[in-house]
Amino acid sequence: MHSNAPAPSEEEIRGVVAPLSSMEGPLLPMLHALQDTWGFVPQAAVPVLADILNLGRAEVHGVISFYHDFRSRPAGRHVLKICRAEACQSMGANALAESTLQKLGIGWHDTTPNGAVTVEPVYCLGMCACAPAAMVDGRVVGRVDDARMDRILAEVGA
Amino acid sequence: MKIFVPLDSAAKALGADDVADAISREAKARGLDVRIVRNGTRGMVWLEPLVEIDTPEGRIGYGNVTPDQVPDLLDGKLNGLGRVEDIDWFARQTRLTFARCGVIDPLDLDDYETHGGLVGLRRAIGMTGSQIVQEVTDSGLRGRGGAGFPTGIKWKTVAEAEAPQKYIVCNADEGDSGTFADRMIIEGDPFSLIEGMAIAGLGVGATRGYVYLRSEYPDAIHILTQAVTIARQRGLLGPDVLGSGRAFDMEVRTGAGAYVCGEETSLLNSLEGKRGTVRAKPPLPALQGFLGRPTVVNNVISLATVPVIFEKGAQHYADFGLGRSRGTVTLQIAGNVKRGGLFETAFGMTLGEVVNDIGGGTASGRPVKAVQVGGPLGAYMPVEKFDTPMGYEEFDRNGGLIGHAGLVVFDDTADMLRMARFAMEFCAVESCGKCTPCRIGAVRGVETIDRIAQGDAAAIPLLTDLCETMKDGSLCALGGFTPFPVMSALTHFPDDFATLQEAAE
Repeated sequence: MHSNAPAPSEEEIRGVVAPLSSMEGPLLPMLHALQDTWGFVPQAAVPVLADILNLGRAEVHGVISFYHDFRSRPAGRHVLKICRAEACQSMGANALAESTLQKLGIGWHDTTPNGAVTVEPVYCLGMCACAPAAMVDGRVVGRVDDARMDRILAEVGA
Repeated sequence: MKIFVPLDSAAKALGADDVADAISREAKARGLDVRIVRNGTRGMVWLEPLVEIDTPEGRIGYGNVTPDQVPDLLDGKLNGLGRVEDIDWFARQTRLTFARCGVIDPLDLDDYETHGGLVGLRRAIGMTGSQIVQEVTDSGLRGRGGAGFPTGIKWKTVAEAEAPQKYIVCNADEGDSGTFADRMIIEGDPFSLIEGMAIAGLGVGATRGYVYLRSEYPDAIHILTQAVTIARQRGLLGPDVLGSGRAFDMEVRTGAGAYVCGEETSLLNSLEGKRGTVRAKPPLPALQGFLGRPTVVNNVISLATVPVIFEKGAQHYADFGLGRSRGTVTLQIAGNVKRGGLFETAFGMTLGEVVNDIGGGTASGRPVKAVQVGGPLGAYMPVEKFDTPMGYEEFDRNGGLIGHAGLVVFDDTADMLRMARFAMEFCAVESCGKCTPCRIGAVRGVETIDRIAQGDAAAIPLLTDLCETMKDGSLCALGGFTPFPVMSALTHFPDDFATLQEAAE
């Protein structure tokens, strides 16, 4: 799926979100469902959500853009999150992040040219007693040093 | 043979899954009858992966196990730590909230019951709503999320409100750096949270509950979702809670990466599907909360502590503690520290004891410079304040706050100006934008600290003044408490704010 897949149609979007419309406060679950399906929240979903929830398009856009989690375009094949919070900083997370980005030749939120990995900052993974921490596609890694990071990067094909 | 390998995400982050795989492979190759139980963590993150082998003498622990040590482990050749309960770090604790965490299989409801689970809920079922609320009030339990508001008073307000629908909302948006107690109990003993929410529901007359759980915790989401399903199948949740004739059911909702949603009113907006902006109070969420209905919003640890209060009685709980801080505090010792993890103890231990005695000093072996207590909005406490006892009022008097009881230790390489700048930068990024002191103040704060860094001493009073404005004028704790780390860094570590200036002179 992702980068080369055709944009989802209105029917496909409705198919994903409509079953959730009986929930109390359904918008966040709907956005998560869209992102779980396509890897990002397609622009075409905005009018559909506005219609289903009887909201303005601007309101829906406002919600999507408020939250760090929702992407407007696909990420790389893997997502590497590096924790930047204080506990990880106390164990050298700043230097780790810097050297990782330098190795990959990209900045925060960027994807490597081969499409293998997107690097994102995250503020706390709850690994504060085994810092610094990172997360690769939902799998947490603790006490990350340069060697461990190199292994992670090799695994994701960066 | 029964072998315990934790499934807690901190244990997994340190290789527990590989160790479990290795044990299962090796046992199969040897034709051994081994049952691997994936328990929660005991909280000794410094020993993870902590493997335990069940023996007639008790559960024997093996710390920091790697996959290549597994053959030795099964041969009995690996050096053990003795009975886990006898390990000094563990034996010194008073485990009430976390009594079962790390002991049981988190998703085995029978195991949960064998270890005292559901006793509290069964007792609550025999009580009236007002008796339940009174019991919580008598226990002295205060909100463990950070604000320390008496839980019983909050429940009473909701109980006395008239409405066709009331809610219990659990705040599991544990975004503070240095804290992981919520994650740990959800992964290690999720039924205690479910039981606590059910008791809260019976107490205040709420039939529906939500857990707002942050997306950064995928393992916790997975475990709690399964636990809710099991609880529903077994009649712990649903139209007839344990045959009481009363209803309570709940759902797990996933956050979306906004730190400010840990603030209760912004959490409620987010749960309703809106931008996570802060609401002005009043109206209190207790009267107009989720969808405008009376709502109890409590932190995970507050709710997960409720079952043990009902199991052992309010007085038993209140007998622990110091001054107006009753019961136990779940200290999370983190950052640059030798023995990090979760340490549950009665309020009253001093900060220095926690850092040096329990935590063993820094991981780097260098001197401690500062300890940030209470997350990114908590003060940096210098070593001179190490005699401050862990208690809400005691910390307040010393210019700090306990918050969610996370402690992040820094060694002497920490640059406190940089940490102060980070606090302002974080506030600027995470501000919901509703109030000006926070939205604009944090941006100006970063700029002002940059001026100080460039040697502009005139910017120091400006920063102090800005912090006063943010403290007094912000709607919520994000803008209101960001001055804590900033001003504590400036006050206690003035040298870090003067280097360039002196160099220039």
